[in-house]
Amino acid sequence: MPFIPHTDHDTQLMLQAIGVDDINSLFDEIPDELRCGKLMGVPTAISEYEVGRLMRRQADKDRVELNFLGAGAYEHHIPAAVWELTTRGEFYSAYTPYQAEASQGTLQVIYEYQTMMASLTGQDVSNASLYDGASALAEATLMAVRVNRASKSRRVLIPQSVHPHYAAVTKAITASQSIELVQIPYDPNSGQTDLAALRSHAGTDITAVIIPQPNVFGVLEQVDEFADWAADQGALGIALVNPISLGLLRPPGEWGREGVPIVCGEGQPLGVPLSSGGPYFGFLTCREALVRQLPGRLVGRTVDRDGKLGFTLTLQAREQHIRRSRATSNICTNQGLMVTAATIYMSLLGPQGLRRVAAESHAKTRGLAAAAAMIDGVEPAFTAPHFHEVVLRLPVRAGAVIEKMRRQGILAGIALSSWYPELENCLLVCATETKTDADLHTYVQALGQQIEASRAAS
Amino acid sequence: MSELLIFERGQPGRSASAQFPRHESAHELPAQFVRSEPPLLPEVSELDVVRHYTRLSQMNFSIDTHFYPLGSCTMKYNPRGCNSFASLPGFTQRHPLAPESSSQGFLTCLFELQEMLKSVTGMAAFSLTPMAGAQGELAGVAMIRAYHVDRGDIGRTEIIVPDAAHGTNPATATMCGCTVKEVPTRADGDVNLDVLRELVGSQTAGIMLTNPSTLGVFDKNIKAIEEVIHAAGGLLYYDGANLNAILGKVLPAEMGFDVMHINLHKTFATPHGGGGPGSGVVGAGETLKPFLPIPVVGTTANGYRWLDEADLPKSIGRLSAFMGNAGVLLRAYIYMRLLGREGLERVADYAVLNANYVMVQLRKAGFDIVFPDRRASHEFLVTLKRQTKSKGVTAMDFAKALLDRGIHAPTTYFPLLVPECLLIEPTETESKQTLDHFVAAMTEILAEAASSGAQCKDAPVTTPVKRLDDVRAARQLDVRYQPPETDGGAQIVNAAAD
Repeated sequence: MPFIPHTDHDTQLMLQAIGVDDINSLFDEIPDELRCGKLMGVPTAISEYEVGRLMRRQADKDRVELNFLGAGAYEHHIPAAVWELTTRGEFYSAYTPYQAEASQGTLQVIYEYQTMMASLTGQDVSNASLYDGASALAEATLMAVRVNRASKSRRVLIPQSVHPHYAAVTKAITASQSIELVQIPYDPNSGQTDLAALRSHAGTDITAVIIPQPNVFGVLEQVDEFADWAADQGALGIALVNPISLGLLRPPGEWGREGVPIVCGEGQPLGVPLSSGGPYFGFLTCREALVRQLPGRLVGRTVDRDGKLGFTLTLQAREQHIRRSRATSNICTNQGLMVTAATIYMSLLGPQGLRRVAAESHAKTRGLAAAAAMIDGVEPAFTAPHFHEVVLRLPVRAGAVIEKMRRQGILAGIALSSWYPELENCLLVCATETKTDADLHTYVQALGQQIEASRAAS
Repeated sequence: MSELLIFERGQPGRSASAQFPRHESAHELPAQFVRSEPPLLPEVSELDVVRHYTRLSQMNFSIDTHFYPLGSCTMKYNPRGCNSFASLPGFTQRHPLAPESSSQGFLTCLFELQEMLKSVTGMAAFSLTPMAGAQGELAGVAMIRAYHVDRGDIGRTEIIVPDAAHGTNPATATMCGCTVKEVPTRADGDVNLDVLRELVGSQTAGIMLTNPSTLGVFDKNIKAIEEVIHAAGGLLYYDGANLNAILGKVLPAEMGFDVMHINLHKTFATPHGGGGPGSGVVGAGETLKPFLPIPVVGTTANGYRWLDEADLPKSIGRLSAFMGNAGVLLRAYIYMRLLGREGLERVADYAVLNANYVMVQLRKAGFDIVFPDRRASHEFLVTLKRQTKSKGVTAMDFAKALLDRGIHAPTTYFPLLVPECLLIEPTETESKQTLDHFVAAMTEILAEAASSGAQCKDAPVTTPVKRLDDVRAARQLDVRYQPPETDGGAQIVNAAAD
C-alpha cells in the first residue's frame, strides 16, 4: 500500500487491541445513510514511474525558450544551493515552529530573514511573511486603517499604476471592512501617477496612500513628493516595492522627509522560481511603533533557562489562535519554505550581488528598449525612468505579435490593453540579468519581423 | 549546539561571486532614486552559506526525521516523488501570465485536480486559488455573504461557530464583516443542538463546522444540524481541516455542506515547509458555485482556459496575484495520482486505525482520554488535568519531555475548552512500531510525573536550547539583528507586553 506501512499482521494485532473485528467498525459512529460509495472521479493508482512519465509529458508542453514576461513575477538566476538546501527534509517537512526548542533552525532562518527585509526596505520590523505580494498589499491596507485612528474616513488612495491584480485582491479582501479604495490616474505621457490628480484630494480625510515603486509599467514614481504629500495630509504611506530593485533603489524608509512607515511587496524575485504564480511570499515591514498592528507571525530572540540565546514566536497575543473573533487578521500561516529560500538567496548574493542583479536587469531592459525603438513604428510609451520593465508602443496589435512570437519560442510580453484599454498596441516587456545580448538581439529581430508581417497582412 | 547568525559569519568584502553578474552595469538613474547605504546583507562565501543553513536545518524536528503526532495538522509523510515531479523545469519555469496556448500541460493538471476534488467531496465545483486554510475560509464565508446579499437578504450577518473551533473560524467571520455567535459543545463532544436551535434566525448567515470536530469525534447529529441551519435560511461551511479522517467514507456535500475548503497540506500530503506554503482550495455546491473566487480552470473545444470575471460575474473576486500556490497544487495532484481511488480510500482507514490504537493503548497505560466512550476520528484528546493537580506536571511539561525522547509534541492546549490537553494525530503513514514507541515514551513520562515530576519540569535538555523565556521575548522585543558597532545592543523596542 503506497505510504502505508501496515502488514496484515500489524493490522490484526491493532484491531485486537482496540477490540473490533475490522477497520470498518471504527467508522460505526457515522450514520449509515451518510456513507458514500467509491470515489469514481479519481483514476486508479499508477506507479511513481508512470506518474513521472505523465508529469514530464505535461511539463514539456509548457516549456519556452525565451521569457520576457514580468508584471509581478520575474525570472532571475537562482543559485543551485538555494533549493538544494531549502528542500532538505528538515526544512521541507517541518511544521510551524510552535515547539520552539525543536524548531530553532526554522526560527533562526526567520529571524535572519526579518533582519534582511527590515534593512532592505529601510524599516525596523519585518513579519515572517504573508501569502503573496497582492495579499500583502491587502493586509498592509488593513493595517494602515487600524494604525491611523485619527482618520475616520477609511479612504485609501490607490494609484491606477498599481498592478491591477493587486488592486483586485485588495478590493476582495477588504470588501467587508467598509474601506473605500479611490483610484488615482496615471499621467499618459510619463507613466507616473498624476500628482495633480493626487493633490486634488488635499484637505479631505485620507487614511492611507499606496505608493508603488516601480509601478506596474516598470516606471519609477516620484516617491518623495508622494510620501511628503501623504504625510502632509495625515495619511499613512504604504510602499509597494520590488525587493530586487532595492539593491539599487532608495528604500521606502528614506522616501521624502520622514520615510514611509509601512512597506510591502512580492518576495518571489528573491530566489523563488516562477512556478505558475506560486507558492511565492509576501513581505511586510514597518516602523517599530506599529509592530502591534503588524499581522502575521513574528520571531523574536530571547534566552533559555541557562541564559543561552534562542528564538521563539513572539507577540502571539495579536494572532487569531489567541484572539479569535477579536483578531485583526485571520492569517494563520506564513510561507516558511519560500522565506527559507529567500534568506539563502540574499545570503549568497550579499549587498554587492543584489546591487549587481538590480543594475544588470535595469541595463538589459534599457538595452532592449533602445534596440526595439530602432524598429520603425516602435517607441517607448512613457518618458519617465524605469527599472527593469518597459512599455513599448507598437504600430500593430500587441496580442497578434505575442502569439506569433510564441510560436518562435519567445514570450514577448503582456498586451496591456486587457488591463488598460487606452493602452492599445502596448506591450509590457521585462529583461532581467538572465538575458544575454544575443537573447536581446533574438527578441528585437523577431519583434521586427512579426511587426512587419502583421503590417503586410493588414 | 548553537549556530552564529549568518551576519556574524561574514567578513566585509567576502562574497559568493559565482552567483551574480561579473560586472557592475552602469545606470543613468537620477540620484534621487538611488540607494546610498547598502542593505545589511551577509558577506559570506557559498560554503559559509551551505554549512550555516545545513546546520540550522539540523536544529529542526520534521516528519523526515521524527514522529510528529501534531493534532489537527496531519503531519503525514510527504512523498518525495511529489516534489521531484512538481519541480520539473517545465513547471518551475512557467510564467503565471504565459499564454494559455503555452500552458496546456499545467492547465490539464489543474483541471484534473479540480475534478478529483469534486469526487472526494461531492461538491459541484472548485477554485484552487486560496493560498492557505485561512484564506479558503475567507473565500467560503465571503461567498456565503455574497449569496445572501445577491438575493437581497442583507440582514444575514451572523456566523455560528462551535466553541471548540479553530481560531481562524471566528477570525475569518469577523474579517468578512460578520458577527460571531458561539454554540457550546455537549459533554459527549457533539454540538449542543438545543442551543443551536435558539441561536438561529433571520440574522443567521451560516455555520462553520469541522466534522469530525477538533475534539476528535464525528458529530452524529450532522443531519439535524443541517436541517436547523437550512430551515433558518443559513448555509453550512465545512472546514476541511479533518478531511483525512473521512476520505472515501462520507462526502461533505452529502452531510449537507454548501461550501468548504481543503487543506491540501494536510490531507493531500503537501509539505508544511516550516509553516507554509499551504493551500486552502475552496469547493462549492450548486448554490454557491457562481460566487467562487477567480480564476478557475475551464474547458473549451480547443483545450483548457482560465475562467475570470467575464465567466463568473458573481465571483467574490481575486484572492492571489495569480493562481494561488500552484506548486502546492501540483504536489497534491501527483499525490492523488500515486494513491489513486483505492489508495485514497485507504487513507482514512489507517489514519483512524492508528488513532484508535494509540488511544486504547494510552488508556491502558493510565491516561485520561477526554471522550473515552467515543471512537477516535484520525485524532483524539488526552487531558492531564489530574497530573497537573497532583504533581503540577502540565500538558506543556509532557510536550517538552517528549522532545527529549525524539518525538515531536502533540498539539497542546487546543481546543481551548479542554484543560491541559494533548491533541494526538498519528496519521496513516506511521507504523505500529513507531506508535508503540510513542506509547512507551508517554508511559515513561507518566511514571516520572507520578514520582516527582521534576524531570518533566526541566525538559527538554537534549534540544539546542532549553525552555525559552517567552515573556522576555515579548517585553524586550528583539526581532532583528543589529551589528554591535551601530548601537551596542540588539533590543530595538522596550515596551510592555500585550
